Amino acid sequence: MSMATTDRPAPGAAPFVPQAYRVDEVTRVLADTVTLTLAPLEGPRPDFRPGQFNMLWAFGVGEVAISISDGEAAGSFVHTVRAVGAVSRALAELEVGARLGLRGPFGRGWPLAEARGSDVVVIAGGLGLAPLRPAIQALLANRQDYGRLVILVGARSPEALLYRDDLAAWAQRPDVEVQVTVDHAGADWPGRVGVVPGLVEPAAFDADDCVALVCGPEVMMRFTVAALRRAGVPAERIQVSMERNMKCAIGWCGHCQFGPDFVCKDGPVMRYDTIADRFAIPEV
Amino acid sequence: MEPEAMPRPAALIDRQGLQALIDALADEGYRVLGPMRRDDAIVYDDLAGIDELPAGWTERQEAGRYRLERRDDAALFGYAVGPHSWKRFLHPPVETLWTAHRDEHGLTFRAPEPAEERFAFLGVRACELHAIAIQDRVFLDGPYVDAGYAARRREAFIVAVNCGEAGGTCFCVSMQTGPRAEAGFDLALTELLDAERHDFLVEVGSAAGAALLERLPHRPAGEADREAAATVVARTASRMGRRLETDGLKALLQDNPEHPRWDDVAERCLTCGNCTMACPTCFCTTVEDHSDLSGTSAERVRQWDSCFTLDFSYLHAGSVRQTPRGRYRQWMTHKLASWIDQFGTSGCVGCGRCITWCPVGIDITEEAAAIRATAPDWRDD
Amino acid sequence: MAYLERILGEHPFFAGLAAEHGRLVAGCARNRRFAAGEYLFREGEAADEFYLIRHGQVALETRVPGRAPLVFATLGEGEIVGASWLLPPYRWMFDARAVTLTRAIGLDAACLRGKCEADHHLGYDMMKRFLPIVVKRLHDTRLQVLDVYGDD
Repeated sequence: MSMATTDRPAPGAAPFVPQAYRVDEVTRVLADTVTLTLAPLEGPRPDFRPGQFNMLWAFGVGEVAISISDGEAAGSFVHTVRAVGAVSRALAELEVGARLGLRGPFGRGWPLAEARGSDVVVIAGGLGLAPLRPAIQALLANRQDYGRLVILVGARSPEALLYRDDLAAWAQRPDVEVQVTVDHAGADWPGRVGVVPGLVEPAAFDADDCVALVCGPEVMMRFTVAALRRAGVPAERIQVSMERNMKCAIGWCGHCQFGPDFVCKDGPVMRYDTIADRFAIPEV
Repeated sequence: MEPEAMPRPAALIDRQGLQALIDALADEGYRVLGPMRRDDAIVYDDLAGIDELPAGWTERQEAGRYRLERRDDAALFGYAVGPHSWKRFLHPPVETLWTAHRDEHGLTFRAPEPAEERFAFLGVRACELHAIAIQDRVFLDGPYVDAGYAARRREAFIVAVNCGEAGGTCFCVSMQTGPRAEAGFDLALTELLDAERHDFLVEVGSAAGAALLERLPHRPAGEADREAAATVVARTASRMGRRLETDGLKALLQDNPEHPRWDDVAERCLTCGNCTMACPTCFCTTVEDHSDLSGTSAERVRQWDSCFTLDFSYLHAGSVRQTPRGRYRQWMTHKLASWIDQFGTSGCVGCGRCITWCPVGIDITEEAAAIRATAPDWRDD
Repeated sequence: MAYLERILGEHPFFAGLAAEHGRLVAGCARNRRFAAGEYLFREGEAADEFYLIRHGQVALETRVPGRAPLVFATLGEGEIVGASWLLPPYRWMFDARAVTLTRAIGLDAACLRGKCEADHHLGYDMMKRFLPIVVKRLHDTRLQVLDVYGDD
């Protein structure tokens, strides 16, 4: 794993100027979602921490913040991009060999070091599994440093599940509990149907000594945090990954403010107790 | 304000001395910028001589109102602040961040060469010195440094002016940011004007300021001159047009996101963003991408943005802050409360521009007072 | 009878049930076994029994004309199946299908309703066990209705 151990990368001299990257691989993972493998045209790929993000720039279209979704791709950045806006659509249409701009990595990642010795509950909803996959990979690479490892994953439907091969491989391991649920399914789906927060109560982990890493749509995270709190997990042991509009990724443009925090630099991974006062207030 | 242990070196110059100051700055290669009357307002622009200063003019400012009026004297700085602030030079409204070029070999990005321009600001008010110091924290104190801002800021020569006139929407006394310039300048002037004299007390704030003063015809300032200058500032301090109670203000706003006053102000707010453009500390920006028709060149431009736009908080499905209520609350809570969490200082310097230039006259001091008057108890901090 | 009383007491739904209530409830209970694919009940049928799952997984599904059945919830070990037996007209609103081999305790609805009417202490105790589950499922349903995962 080529991941830096410091919380943040060294400040760049020109943090606004992207580096040129080349698309080495495109994998369609869902109908509207692709995974891009991006290699720098020059120099090494910067180190990153699981949970950090890059700003990807599509030529002449614009820039968007996308989390890094694979910690095991040596020399490249892997991003899973869903085509939802002009920029992400342009990115999702890139072909192998195409060039794009990339700045990063930015932001606060998952505090995996703090979780050492404790159980870890990873909870992902929808595309929220993307920024959690490098965390899961890092946890598995250092499996002996942690207690029980529980991975709870939700999606809209079986067809919308991300990284099915990884989920299957993790589920094979005797030292990992993987539970997957979908909002609705056809009768041929052998797995669970229901919402992610419902997976929390039956999962086997020590609520008094665990760290929960949560990423998904904000509503899903609110319900999930509520389920974790009901299960007895302290607020300061819950980490959520927030999403806001971002233009600069370095705390200057102001767009990503969430109360006093800039999601780009104080997040995107934020300790729940530090945002609990505004997590459920609309329009903050 | 803390009384100073040692008075700063001070001197007196007259109007010719002020012209000499402008000339000396230009001679040293500065682009000298200062106040002048244009389009019925006092704005900041390139200044060649003292004749361009708004001699004998003042302004009447109220919520949503700004009118220039004749003074009954020939004061050069007998007004408060207009719609401009110095941020338009240090943190320009439009700035190219980089250009990109692609061909069969690859893709290259190039940041523009930093401009060689050195600014000299003449007539910077105490509140504006604080505003500059606040933007310094945004662009210079983070993990990253805005190189362009840093260069402009490092090179800038600042001539402050202590206010001899309080504007109708001024409340720097409440914010402890004026009306006297305490720090952050090279030279600070106080206009001393009566039937017998028209002089400027010059205080030195830096080595560069001291060196420049040596180039000007000046004479030593006496105790009486200092007292006259102190009187000017004290009189201005006693005539503030507005007042803002800052005690507990941060907690008051952060603890009352559902206060009904937010609905009330949202009924009036047009979400036009004027307050954010006029504000000397508002720093938010957006970016625009341009490309040529052949698809080989592109550029990225940064420009001032406002938290009052819907786009500001847009997130694939829609905007986080859909309502004027949410957007006004964001602006005011940021300015007066969360700014303190972020940068260790309030984002407000009490200049009153947001009040004056609001087309419907929304008054931040009045909104804060209304919330305070009817809020349930809030925590102490 | 003692055997049914014991396994009833072991099911999370009846955790901490008073002994005399356990005897009353056990009088309405029987062991049930459903092969994978077998239906516990179908929409419209009389809701005359409800189920405590001991092992296995049950899918709640609804039939949509012209489409494959849609599963909207699955229930597993330690959970209960069925609420329609509590309220007139005592008809199932959905299908319940065993996804895997499922072992359950079936409680005769008319029997249990009768005992709850006769002994309101038992009835109230049953309601306190039932209502949190119903409310939780209502919350879960709300979250599903929000369709939080995007607009594909």
